[in-house]
Amino acid sequence: MVDVTSLSRGLAARITGHALTFVARFITAARADWKGIEPVARQRIYYANHVSNADMPMIWSVLPAHLRRQTRPVAAADYWLKTPLRAFAGRDVFRAVLIHRNPEDRAEDEDPLETILEAIDAGDSLIIFPEGGRNMSDAPLLPFKSGIYNIGHARPDVDLVPTWIANLNEIMPKGEIIPLPLICTVTFGAPLHVASGEAKDDFLDRAADALVALAPEEARAEAPQEAPQ
Amino acid sequence: MTETRLDILTLFAGVVLLMIALTLFGEYMRQRAPTSAPRPVVETYLTRVNSWWGMVTLLAFAALAGQFWITLLFAFASFAALREFLTYASKRQADHLSLALAFFAFLPLQYLFVALGWIQMFTVFIPVYAFLLLPIVSALRGDPDKFLARVAGTQWGLMICVFCLSHVPALLTLPMPTGSDRAILMIVFLVMVVQLGDLIEYFAGRQLGEHKLAPSLSPKTAEGVVVAAIGVFVIGALLAWITPFSALGAAIMALMAWGAGWLGNLVFAAIKRDRGVKDWSHLIPGQGGFLEQLDSVIFAAPLFFHVSLLVLE
Repeated sequence: MVDVTSLSRGLAARITGHALTFVARFITAARADWKGIEPVARQRIYYANHVSNADMPMIWSVLPAHLRRQTRPVAAADYWLKTPLRAFAGRDVFRAVLIHRNPEDRAEDEDPLETILEAIDAGDSLIIFPEGGRNMSDAPLLPFKSGIYNIGHARPDVDLVPTWIANLNEIMPKGEIIPLPLICTVTFGAPLHVASGEAKDDFLDRAADALVALAPEEARAEAPQEAPQ
Repeated sequence: MTETRLDILTLFAGVVLLMIALTLFGEYMRQRAPTSAPRPVVETYLTRVNSWWGMVTLLAFAALAGQFWITLLFAFASFAALREFLTYASKRQADHLSLALAFFAFLPLQYLFVALGWIQMFTVFIPVYAFLLLPIVSALRGDPDKFLARVAGTQWGLMICVFCLSHVPALLTLPMPTGSDRAILMIVFLVMVVQLGDLIEYFAGRQLGEHKLAPSLSPKTAEGVVVAAIGVFVIGALLAWITPFSALGAAIMALMAWGAGWLGNLVFAAIKRDRGVKDWSHLIPGQGGFLEQLDSVIFAAPLFFHVSLLVLE
């Protein structure tokens, strides 16, 4: 017996995914710049700067289709399960690894790190945002949370790939309704690994430096183009 | 079939023959190269030739389809060019609305005026009304930081990518003594002489170039320019049959248009150096962005339009 509901849901998810990729490529001419790695099928954890809600869909769209199919974003359950539409996008289109940010929402035996490691052990690549939230400041990056270190420490063989998203905060700054059709570039750098015995703070600094080094010079020197509200 | 369409097809056939020759030349070079060592120059050249095939086909279909489609094609080219330009311009959140207006209001309206043939409006809309309105919109949102640089950059982008480029489809409104449908051939003439001139200059510069004209900006050489100028003059004369000009007139028009385009190329090289970009984008394989492809046509079009208007009236 074929499960018609899940079949049609899967089909709808695939069509939505293609439509999203098309829109991202048309509106922002989004493109990938593979600086430190090649776009080949290899398990990776892409860690990226986070300035806009469009960041995750943007990285997801610039990946070649065969990589996209095995790449899952790690995302906040409270955001992605809020409405049925978001739940469809989060669960079915992006196949997000959903974790609860607020410990009170978690089930008794739920550990976000375990959930993430399960996905890694299943062979999936991941997209993570180690700042833990959107960067609304003038600094290029917020201080990293320890999550990326914990993941890299638990699975030291998996490549941690710095991924810089440029221009998205100009395409759609917070509070604006109309997106500007500017060009968005996603730059992938050379992979990092947690060295044995490396201290948490040392690694977090190293990871942040590797990410900022991919930013265009202007973003590094000046503050990002966001006016104080 | 009309005579104009027949002429477009004849020209298209000629360009296709040239493209076949360029492709075979590339394939021959690739064959000659040892398979073990990759030859980046040959591969880049062949990628470029492939992109040219795409552009030639697109332009030919638009020209055959008629005035509406060729106007639409250039409207999209303007959109792509403006996107590349404004990506690298200085901007802040206070400019968001004025930039949105540039993309979604001023650009479509400019091409609407072209399509409707409202030449009066077309010539003042961006240089006067957009020029005055956009800084007002930005100023109303506050934020004086780098204000002049920001509004000047936006206006420059609109002038170059929309206003100047829209002079290409505006050629359709020229009073043609040989019949109004011949105007489309003026577009073909302009694009062909400018692009072929750039192509000759590129090859001649590589083969014979020694004396650089602007060493801090671009690798262009005096030898390349002289060869290309002669080439463009001859091509202009040979293509005189599709224009309302005499052979000498067409040759001079071609030389003038290509010269303006060549200088425009230098201007864009200076902007790219200033912004620290090598290519405007990567949307056209082997060529960079739309602006790389359009910069010379952008500078040639207004001059070609106004001189043609002067001569034909």
